[in-house]
Amino acid sequence: MRVRSILASAFAACAAAGLAMLAASAIAAPDTPDPVTDAKAFRKFFTDKFPKVKFEDFVNGPYSMDEGLHKQWEEKEQFPPYDFALESGKEMFATPFKNGKTYADCFPDKGIGIRQNYPYFDEKEGKVVTLELALNRCREANGEQPYSYVKDEMASLTAYMAYTSRGKPMDIKIPNDPRALEAYENGKRYFYTRRGQLNFSCATCHVQSPGERIRAEVLAPALGIMNAMPIYRSEWSGMGTISRRLVTCNSQTRAVPLEPQSDEYRDVEYFLSYVANGLPISGPGARP
Amino acid sequence: MKTTSRRMIRTMALAAMLFASGVLPALAASEADYKTALAAAETAQKEAASLRNRWTTTESALAAAKKAAGAGDFDAATASAKEAEALAKASVFQATSEKERWKNMEIR
Repeated sequence: MRVRSILASAFAACAAAGLAMLAASAIAAPDTPDPVTDAKAFRKFFTDKFPKVKFEDFVNGPYSMDEGLHKQWEEKEQFPPYDFALESGKEMFATPFKNGKTYADCFPDKGIGIRQNYPYFDEKEGKVVTLELALNRCREANGEQPYSYVKDEMASLTAYMAYTSRGKPMDIKIPNDPRALEAYENGKRYFYTRRGQLNFSCATCHVQSPGERIRAEVLAPALGIMNAMPIYRSEWSGMGTISRRLVTCNSQTRAVPLEPQSDEYRDVEYFLSYVANGLPISGPGARP
Repeated sequence: MKTTSRRMIRTMALAAMLFASGVLPALAASEADYKTALAAAETAQKEAASLRNRWTTTESALAAAKKAAGAGDFDAATASAKEAEALAKASVFQATSEKERWKNMEIR
């Protein structure tokens, strides 16, 4: 009888501990990074919000949101304003450095048709590497000065590289490395965090308000927003890199922009590119 | 004696009336006031920077304070420095509260 009661007590204690562990894991679950579930929810949000927009059309930003704008875009694409950047980017890409090597020597597949794999998580460095960063590292490794991340040379190079990947689905991997998951999670947090005196997050414009106007601009959906980069913007009368876009977004909310290619910008690019996996590369793009 | 106290009372009453009506200028800010206000603003802005959340408007107010101080206008300089401190503190509050609040906006 006594043994029975001890066993019963032990069983009850184990059951209680088990329940407590289950409850704890249930509480912890929502905060555990889960990129696959995130990406599914992200796509569902936009496809539910814009049921008439074809999935692959989200990469066309504001042009996918409005029929009139879409027609304008189709007409623009006949004489695309980014053509000059493509031509100079192609020439720059093929021109050897002073040591005789070229950009092709720094990249897999000679740098052709690889845009969809950037950014990637570099397990040696333990950080995200973007295409813009990889291009400047290539220059420096070959004895050249790095380009500004927000100016035309970088935009031209990335425009050419994006063009060679047009139509290929974005294919960003998160390796089985807790640092990669952390970088993804940091990027997600950056995307949703409000900043600047106007108290805007990236999501304020690109999740809550795509298709709406902010002054004269039609806001692009966050889904596929990286696939069209770099972009020619009529507002800028020129090309803009991903770095330029992020810096400008920050200053428009009255936040002091971070340094181009800071960890935060690299991570947010990683997050936004990952959730756009499967959508085609459409860069270089053109925007109003 | 009576005449002297009457004069004193009259003078004080006149001064009080002038002060109340704003004819007499309020005490002007000194360079020391400006330096105190600037130090407080810069401390708050440093905290905002450590949270990676400086605001452009804080930077503008700090620049305006330094420009006015350079021109010897310590009233304007102190006012701008105090504005900068308030903005920097607001940006610190934003960064701190967003540490958890960002999750409210997350697509799930």
